[in-house]
Amino acid sequence: MNTNQASVVVEGLTKKFGDFVAVDNVTFEAHRGEIFGFLGPNGSGKSTTIRVLCGLLRPTSGLARVAGIDVAKNPEAVRQHIGYMSQRFSLYNDLRVSENLRFFAGMYSVPSKEIPGRVAWALKMAGLEGREHSPTSSLAVGWKQRLALGCAVLHRPPIVFLDEPTSGVDPVSRRQFWDLIHAMVEEGVTVFVTTHYMDEAEYCNKLVLLDRGRIVAMGTPTDLTSRHMKGQLLLVECEPLGPALELLQNAPNVLDAAVFGSGIHAVVPDAAVAIPEIRSLLSTSHVHISRIEQIAPSLEDVFVSLTATRGANQRQEVTA
Amino acid sequence: MSWLRIVAISRKEVLQIVRDPRSLLIILVIPFVQLLIFGYAINLDVKHVPLCIYDRDGTQTSQDLLKHFQATDYFAIAHLSDNYQDVVHNIDNGVCSVAIVVPPQFSEDLRSNGQASVQAILDASDSNSASIGMGYAQAIVQTYSSEIQVNWQQERGMAAGAPSISFEPRTWFNEDLESMANLVPGVVALVMAVVGAFLTSLTIAREWERGTMEQLISTPVGKLEIQIGKLFPYFVIGVADTAICAGTAVWWFGVPFRGSWLVLYGCSMLFLIVVLSLGYFISVTAKSQLGACQMALLATFLPTFLLSGFVFPIDQMPIVVQWITAILPARYYVSILRNVFLKGTAIHLLAGDIAALATIAVVLVFFATRSFKKRLE
Repeated sequence: MNTNQASVVVEGLTKKFGDFVAVDNVTFEAHRGEIFGFLGPNGSGKSTTIRVLCGLLRPTSGLARVAGIDVAKNPEAVRQHIGYMSQRFSLYNDLRVSENLRFFAGMYSVPSKEIPGRVAWALKMAGLEGREHSPTSSLAVGWKQRLALGCAVLHRPPIVFLDEPTSGVDPVSRRQFWDLIHAMVEEGVTVFVTTHYMDEAEYCNKLVLLDRGRIVAMGTPTDLTSRHMKGQLLLVECEPLGPALELLQNAPNVLDAAVFGSGIHAVVPDAAVAIPEIRSLLSTSHVHISRIEQIAPSLEDVFVSLTATRGANQRQEVTA
Repeated sequence: MSWLRIVAISRKEVLQIVRDPRSLLIILVIPFVQLLIFGYAINLDVKHVPLCIYDRDGTQTSQDLLKHFQATDYFAIAHLSDNYQDVVHNIDNGVCSVAIVVPPQFSEDLRSNGQASVQAILDASDSNSASIGMGYAQAIVQTYSSEIQVNWQQERGMAAGAPSISFEPRTWFNEDLESMANLVPGVVALVMAVVGAFLTSLTIAREWERGTMEQLISTPVGKLEIQIGKLFPYFVIGVADTAICAGTAVWWFGVPFRGSWLVLYGCSMLFLIVVLSLGYFISVTAKSQLGACQMALLATFLPTFLLSGFVFPIDQMPIVVQWITAILPARYYVSILRNVFLKGTAIHLLAGDIAALATIAVVLVFFATRSFKKRLE
């Protein structure tokens, strides 16, 4: 497979469950050695897309090619080329660490001679050396996830799908997990990863923002932050927050306003014009402003801005 | 098909069985315990029927008749009454299920009229035992009746040369008419059907329930590899359970074994393929462990118990029910077991049963394989 060839090609992919459209006419391409991130709230279609690409769900319409193979027509042929880590922990809790690894080595038909070497490699990668005889159920979540990754890539697949690999994992373990992903990518592996952590999205080479089954935006993280904001971004730190948010959301020259941490991010057409306006608006309503300035938008801002027409609840989910 | 993958799945399955005390218990202890319970509890022999006697005559003749009731194993005298109310009371209480009442003029009638009758009262709330008890009582009275006829003729100098037919029964295959010998092979079938289908009914459902199936089906493993790999350990367990069951039947219950162990084992393996495939099919369809094991019990225990001919003879069933039993694998297996244990029937005489069992096996394996999908929908 050469560098220019796409590892995954998806064209007009749609997946319906009855009347519910989980994935709606999605088109993208991923290349060798890319970290391809799916970003979106729960129920946005991230997992469904990945499951279709792994041949676990049959697409309703559209084309999905993984490693050059049509997934709908030949799911079995795809499976030797991919590693998949499902959202829910799905190794055998009643087996020991090394037994799980050996089992999946068997499932991927790793040649018997190579199994001990591969298992040792996976144990080292997951930082589980010395715990190979521990029951899998006794591992902490972070370790379980690394073991699951180890099981999914034992056969050295060129394409790896990770469905929320770091959910419920502590920050240090998340960092370690991403180090593993970067190491794989350096060897030319294409990694698909879904997440709802915005900081993780910054690690991706290419991002797809999904909302309710549709692609809302696609590009590199820099692309998204520079191109997809509809205006300029202001950080407003003030007290009290609640009434201030309400005022800003209803202000004529504010396109969008949302709470971020201890302050409010407001999208305005022109920062220079908006700052004095907001100052006077808030002070007449007895809101004390401690800071107001233009800032560079983060992915989170982009996401909120792109899904601005949705209700506030959904934003909360994304930022959570 | 890769043998390595099949072996890997079997090994994983064995590790899971070994680490789950409940399945070990089902495998090793339950067959033995079930066999003991069924072997002892299901006893169709009616013996020592509790009997109440009310002798209103109180003569030598009436006592002679009643001695015949005492002398047999079929009855046990539970109570002697001296009034009717007491008889009724004892039947009501279940102290006795048969009462024999000798009328006041019994010996007088015999002497003068050459004819007398004895009353038998039966508790027919258990109709089966009642009719058997009635048969016994009838036979005893008959015997006594012919005895006094012979005596009467001899007293009058008549030679006991009146023509008579003597009845000489010879019971084959189960010489002592022990219902145990008839039932235990049926119990073997019951235990194997329940254990085989029950254990495998969990194997796929458990993977769906625990979420491990999603990972498993994302690998290149084939569905036939999963099926063979998963069923093989249970097949070995089933073979071991057959040995436990057959051994208990022969050495504990003393059931005669006249056939060939080879035939027994060959047919048992065929039956195992049937019940394991049934359990697997149920497991694939149910997707939850609770639903699967309930369905497995319903599909094996009740039909095997009621319709296999194990307790109730198939040729006595209504014709429609008889048709239904035709699709019941246990029916053929019970028939084979009885033949192999008691009759020592040669294999070519079992061909019909074996062919039926093999047909069911092929159909079930086909459906079990077809029903499993390597997809999440």
